[in-house]
Amino acid sequence: MESRLSSRRSFLALAALTPLAAWTVTACGTAGPGTAPAGGATFWSLTGEPNESIRKKSLDAFNAANPDSKIVATVFQNDAYKTKIKTAIGAGQAPTIIYGWGGGTLKTYAQAGQVEDLTGWFDANPDVKAKLFPSSFGAATVDGKIYAVPTQTVAPIVFYYNKELFAKANAQPPKTWDELMALTKTFNDMGVAPLSLGGQSRWTSMMWLEYLLDRIGGPEVFQAIFDGKAKAWSDPAVLETCAKIQELVSANGFIKGFSSITADSNADQALLFTGKAAMMLHGAWTYGGMKHDGGTFVKDGKLGWFDFPAVSGGKGDPLNTVGNPAQYLSISAKASDAEKDAAKKFFKDGLLTTDEITAYISSGAVPIVQGIEDKLASSEDKDFLKYVYTLSKNAPSLQQSWDQALSPTAAEALLSNIDQLFLKSITPAQFAENMNATLGK
Amino acid sequence: MSAGALTAREPAEQQLAEQHSTAGIKARRGSLGWMVLPALLFFAVFAVLPLLGVVALSFTNWDGIGAISVAGMDNWLAVLSDPVMYNAVWLTFVIMVVSWLVQTPISLLLGTFTAGSQKYRAVLAVLYFLPLLLSSAAIAIAYKALLDPNFGLAEGLGLPFLAQDWLGQPQLVLFLVIFVIAWQFVPFHTLIYQGGVRQIPKSLYEAAEIDGAGRVKQFFYITVPQLKYTIITSSTLMVVGSLTYFDLIFVLTAGGPGNSTRILALDMYLTGFRANLMGPASVIAVILVVVGLGLALLLQRLGGKNAGGSQLEGL
Repeated sequence: MESRLSSRRSFLALAALTPLAAWTVTACGTAGPGTAPAGGATFWSLTGEPNESIRKKSLDAFNAANPDSKIVATVFQNDAYKTKIKTAIGAGQAPTIIYGWGGGTLKTYAQAGQVEDLTGWFDANPDVKAKLFPSSFGAATVDGKIYAVPTQTVAPIVFYYNKELFAKANAQPPKTWDELMALTKTFNDMGVAPLSLGGQSRWTSMMWLEYLLDRIGGPEVFQAIFDGKAKAWSDPAVLETCAKIQELVSANGFIKGFSSITADSNADQALLFTGKAAMMLHGAWTYGGMKHDGGTFVKDGKLGWFDFPAVSGGKGDPLNTVGNPAQYLSISAKASDAEKDAAKKFFKDGLLTTDEITAYISSGAVPIVQGIEDKLASSEDKDFLKYVYTLSKNAPSLQQSWDQALSPTAAEALLSNIDQLFLKSITPAQFAENMNATLGK
Repeated sequence: MSAGALTAREPAEQQLAEQHSTAGIKARRGSLGWMVLPALLFFAVFAVLPLLGVVALSFTNWDGIGAISVAGMDNWLAVLSDPVMYNAVWLTFVIMVVSWLVQTPISLLLGTFTAGSQKYRAVLAVLYFLPLLLSSAAIAIAYKALLDPNFGLAEGLGLPFLAQDWLGQPQLVLFLVIFVIAWQFVPFHTLIYQGGVRQIPKSLYEAAEIDGAGRVKQFFYITVPQLKYTIITSSTLMVVGSLTYFDLIFVLTAGGPGNSTRILALDMYLTGFRANLMGPASVIAVILVVVGLGLALLLQRLGGKNAGGSQLEGL
């Protein structure tokens, strides 16, 4: 009986432990794609206002007009979605319409044959293509073929500042990196944090590297990294970028506790509009958030914005911009023909309709549609919208966010190393070495 | 089974065999074996099978989407030469050991305290158990908000000394995590100890009192020894559980800043589902299973050969 007892115990121990491994491997695979109605399609996208409501309104309008090819939408939180969609596609459980950011992730899907090639569809529907910003197609293209429809809004990264604090400090928006460094002292002496940053999200810190590397070395440096050239991360421009960032961290440029602040909670935006921080580098989409959450901050004209400062001796054009050229919708290759047809119909008739364009503009964002200058000019946010529109349109280079451009494997390593770089737990040389190991992966 | 036969197991079996007919025993064992089947089936399908799958995956390259290709020993060599993995193992052990050192005395004392029959203790016990009602994610989100250096507790209460960068400093964050884990799990272990203490016969304490032993002596010479198996159970749950403190840490710090709270379970998740490296993630999973099994078996050993024996001999 003794032996039976003990074997049962180790058995129980096993039972208690193995689910760890089992759970982690099977996690996230529970919910199916939802059921598409006959002749219709399923669509996964994101929560978060104002875009969630705008998408929903467009869908409702499309579904009312097309009762035979209804689209059923399910929404997820941003970070959760990024994991869930990968798992769902891997398990053959993808929805008909896949929401994404193009770039490296889309390339992974395309190479695995999981998303439909839409090149032919665009050739058959030249109107759709002609309507959209040409710059938005780069991140949708893999090996010369288009695998996604660009949609929604262009979101360059913008340097925001609190005009009230600048007036109090009698300061001007910095035009050069040296002026920015001088401002860190000005604001620290005032007892205000110079820069707000949601560092725990990591891609927020990455935006600093993206801009700074472009100003110092031009877009060619990241292009070489993107192409997977050997030792591309060891470029002197990368090392200088990293060194400058660490100088900024050492000068207490970023707010105290930045590495535990997350962007998902919008705490970084709150720091700017509550006057705890003077400046913030963030996506154009945060304008809508600050307008919504910041009381009268935006309405009273206290929010300002400027171009990322130039670096003396830098090769990059100060007009170059980084950010998200658009959002992207792909069609699952596993979907049935009826589902694919419904999705294509939606792409043609349901996306960026006149109503949707108006809705995006009044939310404070620039839809990726050509010839909307008049509409932008009549908006109550016309100053900001015109700035974003001109910035995106005139930029000689609009670099897609690195974590979206690179493969998921390289992106995760990049974010982890950027985090350590900002904490000064690795040197620029170590950063370059760690990242060189991920080239081509 | 009679209590007197517990010192020697074999004679006990013989005694039993003499009392019942052999056929009767066989019939009983047969019926017992049959009852284990459903559980065994579940265990095989949901534990053994995925485990074998993970072992197989650890020898392949797979991004979770495309085709699976054979990698041989590459993943194992890569993971075993990765300093991040060793750092994760080290952090996991630090959290395990410090958590045990913090939680065990607190829950033992609280458990003994709440086991008393006084009314006010019952009221306090209910309050102590409140954290048990909250999910890990909710606790993590709440603590994240409270500990925020700019908008957190310090700002709300006007106590500037609380405005530390609690979750942003690599040296500090690990202890913060251990504190939050303790806050979440001490009530659970208190409950276990409360039950354990209530099982101890009153006659032991009465006898000790007659012999002149005080409260402290009673605690160390009666309560603690009588709780031996409760302590082992609670410790096993703590130690094995500390391998799975995933959700809380994931929401609270996401493994950061840097890698300072990237424990083994988190390392596995980030490698597998963020970096799309299912092969290396499977290697980490296998390591996690081996470590967990080893620890559980070790704790079983600590319980002694006679782990199934009673503490109430002679009563």
